[in-house]
Amino acid sequence: MTALTRPALAALALALTASPAPAETITVTIDKLVFSPASVTARVGDTIEWVNKDAFAHTATVKGGWEVIIPPKSTGKTTLKEAGAVDYFCRFHPNMRGRVAVSP
Amino acid sequence: MFTRPTVALAALLMLGAAPLAQAADKPTDPQIAHIAYTAGTIDIEAAKLAIEKSKTKEVVDFANDMVRDHETVNKQALDLVKKLNVTPEDNATSQALAKAAAEERGKLAKLDGAAFDKAYVENEVAYHKQVNGALETLLIPSASNAELKSLLETGLKIFQGHQQHAEHVAGSLK
Repeated sequence: MTALTRPALAALALALTASPAPAETITVTIDKLVFSPASVTARVGDTIEWVNKDAFAHTATVKGGWEVIIPPKSTGKTTLKEAGAVDYFCRFHPNMRGRVAVSP
Repeated sequence: MFTRPTVALAALLMLGAAPLAQAADKPTDPQIAHIAYTAGTIDIEAAKLAIEKSKTKEVVDFANDMVRDHETVNKQALDLVKKLNVTPEDNATSQALAKAAAEERGKLAKLDGAAFDKAYVENEVAYHKQVNGALETLLIPSASNAELKSLLETGLKIFQGHQQHAEHVAGSLK
């Protein structure tokens, strides 16, 4: 989402609902090849940020969906656009698995 | 104390880890560091051969991932032995691994195209399986230094990931 559209969407959200939930950033930490927490819940518009403490590059990849590259000792993020629960994994180390349950 | 190495050895034999099965005695930390470093170097050399020879993007990408991860693990291992003031010690297991790897590289070097891709990736599956078996049953249980043990445990998770990744690539080549 660009900086230009976000205020517009926020205004629209305010107009549509009496008590809008502000978009949140949910942090998932990667340490020694483990996503923690392994399972998170979020809403459409929220951002998931992965904080990689490992010296290894990882990805958060949804089969047939989005992919975030998370460089070593760095972060990667994505803003959730669709509702639904998705399982993701690291393409480099497919034994690393996580889940995001996205509500509308 | 008497039965543990025997059980580990039996497990290795069942896993078909022939070169590592020669390590009948419980290895010391300097030997474990040497074995782990050698195992990583072997995979880096195989990957470099694949990068040079393969024309399949998925195989070359996988090989690049192997170089990057194993170089990182080996750098961590070197940093740790330096910190602990331990000198890695060459041993029969390292030598057996290196010998088997040289033979495998010789075989791979003679292959080209799809035959090379298939042989390289299948060997990657088998090799990671073998190293993971050795880590789980012999190297991790034998390590006495906690930091070395922890590094080996992270290494095991990385290599288990590589094994799955290699299995995925092998499946895509069929």
